[in-house]
Amino acid sequence: MKFGIVTFPGSNCDYDAYAAVKHVLGEDVDFLWHKSSDLAGSDIVILPGGFSYGDYLRSGAIARFSPIMQEVVAFANSGGLVVGICNGFQVATEVGLLPGALIRNAHLRFSCKQTLLRVENAETPFTCACTKGEILEIPIAHGDGNYYNFEGNIAELEANNQVAFRYVNAAGEVVPGANPNGSINNIAGIINREGNVLGMMPHPERAVESILGSADGLKVFESVRAHMANLQGVGQK
Amino acid sequence: MPNSKKALVFVKLKEGVLDPQGVTIQKALAQMGYDEFVGVRSGRFFELEVLGDAENIETRIDEVCSKLLANPVIEDYQVEPIK
Repeated sequence: MKFGIVTFPGSNCDYDAYAAVKHVLGEDVDFLWHKSSDLAGSDIVILPGGFSYGDYLRSGAIARFSPIMQEVVAFANSGGLVVGICNGFQVATEVGLLPGALIRNAHLRFSCKQTLLRVENAETPFTCACTKGEILEIPIAHGDGNYYNFEGNIAELEANNQVAFRYVNAAGEVVPGANPNGSINNIAGIINREGNVLGMMPHPERAVESILGSADGLKVFESVRAHMANLQGVGQK
Repeated sequence: MPNSKKALVFVKLKEGVLDPQGVTIQKALAQMGYDEFVGVRSGRFFELEVLGDAENIETRIDEVCSKLLANPVIEDYQVEPIK
């Protein structure tokens, strides 16, 4: 299986994601240049973190018009797996792959620290190696990570089990003190209705080895691999 | 530029969407003693210079506002009459 990692001008977590996939997970991976119109046979596309186009206008607003994004949208619409991490999550909302928007952190500061995430839905391609309610320690690093959507849309997300991760305290409780940015309902990551696109503000690629402080982020990558292996197994039968 | 016209575009967060910058500015004003300013909403402003005939311009401006300058999920925009 092959991962494709999109590089926009200003992406800065593309190499971290590459290292996580290539050297820790041990799978095939390629960079996808933003001006390219070819996903190079990727089975899964990662929109990495960073500051695409300097975060000018709005985070992700300009990157969504990159040539590669047309291919990513078509790929997602045909069921392909897409993961947007941090700036990648912002790009995914701007381009309409995921509902809602990421607005300025409620406290206005850039926030860079470890957070605890509770797995809310363990039946997605991105969390199937986790158990529901499991707590993962994964860092955040963002200024615009405040997930916003209108009340009715939030209710719909919740009802459809589209919240993948929520910020919690050490006891696993959803409390304001555990919310690093003001996100509604402590939302840290969501999937689309179809379940093949994940957006998350925390950086799983920065938590793939214990020497980095946590290896919990590897579970997101392992989930994807398990999901793909399962799909291929079904295909062979 | 020959035949160019100017349009002003104002973009701001929709009513009901939290505007952390506006809230912070409002608090600063209150601290400065301007406590009659009980609400501040921040936004962005664009000055566009556009070529083309007048009828078409308005449609085109509308397009760039909804596609790029504003995120219709969270923002509203207003276009000032073209001069």
